[in-house]
Amino acid sequence: MKKILILLVAGLMNITAINSAQAEDYILDIEGAHAFINFKVKHLGYSWLYGRFNTFTGKFSYDELNPSAATVEIEIDTNSIDSNHVKRDKHLRDDEFLDVKEFPKSTFVSTSFNETGDGKIILKGDFTLNGVTKNITINAEHIGHGDDPWGGYRRGFYGTTSFKPAEYGLGGMDKLNADSAEVFLELSLEGIRQ
Amino acid sequence: MRIKNNPEKFGLIAVVLHWSIALATFFLFGLGLWMIDLAYYDTWYQKGPRLHEGIGVFLFFFLVIRILWRHFSPPPTALKNHKKWEKMSSKVAHIMLNILLLVITISGYLIVTAESDALSVFGWFSLPATLSKGASQADLAGDVHLVLAWAVIVLAAVHALGAIKHHLIDKDRTLKRMLGQ
Repeated sequence: MKKILILLVAGLMNITAINSAQAEDYILDIEGAHAFINFKVKHLGYSWLYGRFNTFTGKFSYDELNPSAATVEIEIDTNSIDSNHVKRDKHLRDDEFLDVKEFPKSTFVSTSFNETGDGKIILKGDFTLNGVTKNITINAEHIGHGDDPWGGYRRGFYGTTSFKPAEYGLGGMDKLNADSAEVFLELSLEGIRQ
Repeated sequence: MRIKNNPEKFGLIAVVLHWSIALATFFLFGLGLWMIDLAYYDTWYQKGPRLHEGIGVFLFFFLVIRILWRHFSPPPTALKNHKKWEKMSSKVAHIMLNILLLVITISGYLIVTAESDALSVFGWFSLPATLSKGASQADLAGDVHLVLAWAVIVLAAVHALGAIKHHLIDKDRTLKRMLGQ
């Protein structure tokens, strides 16, 4: 029994050792602000309104030999919403919309990562907003990777997706008409290899 | 009517300041509660807040003038039939009303100017931002603005009930004096 346990533990350690040797872990370059989470939503159906989240953290792992094992995790500070208009942002933080006092974090945790050729990626994951979690699909692409001029190694992805805030319990969406029901997200993520 | 106060009566300036501040306070309270629940497509969605902010700035100026005027032209002395507790409580209420209204108007200004935007008064002139600490300032100032608005309305109602009590029960000149008589 003891021998089996030791073998099992040794085996597990081996597997993790192999995995960590190949998968590269990246942390989003927050300090240098080379990662962006922007959104756009139609205003009155006449134009696009843009905003972004100024504060978030995230990491991803990526193994060139086994890309489908890649993982992505992002945690957004909802209080940092910024649409360049103080009263609109205050309204968006209120309980009618993001309710940031109750739900200070929004998260995305990947569930699958499929490269479809030409650097294109179908990234699926659990997106949590205002305490509601739904699996969403991000259409992503590999932008590039390589040494940076300062001794590090970087890799970047870009992705877009959309969701309906009303489905995540943002009650204030009721006051807006159908033109503004869908919010489009644009993610530009540059990670520094650890 | 005389311009300045004398030991017996209020003057025109004090009367006008008192009633315009009272009217603005109740109007802004109603407008404020009404406008924050307007639908986005309501024609008043943008006009309401502009009106609220513009009148609010004038309310602030009127308050400052009232406080200065009080020192320049002291109000009449209390009527002889007023009891000691009445004089004490009215004094406290008057000071509190001024403090609350000042904090409410300043907190309103701090919401609008939290991200360095100037506060435009009907497009006639603008107040520049001074303290701009961003989102946390807008949220904190907003909470203070709403809670103290309710407090000042409750206190103003008590103040008005006091005036009505003097007029109907004590049958003295307290309320009439506030009309300059």
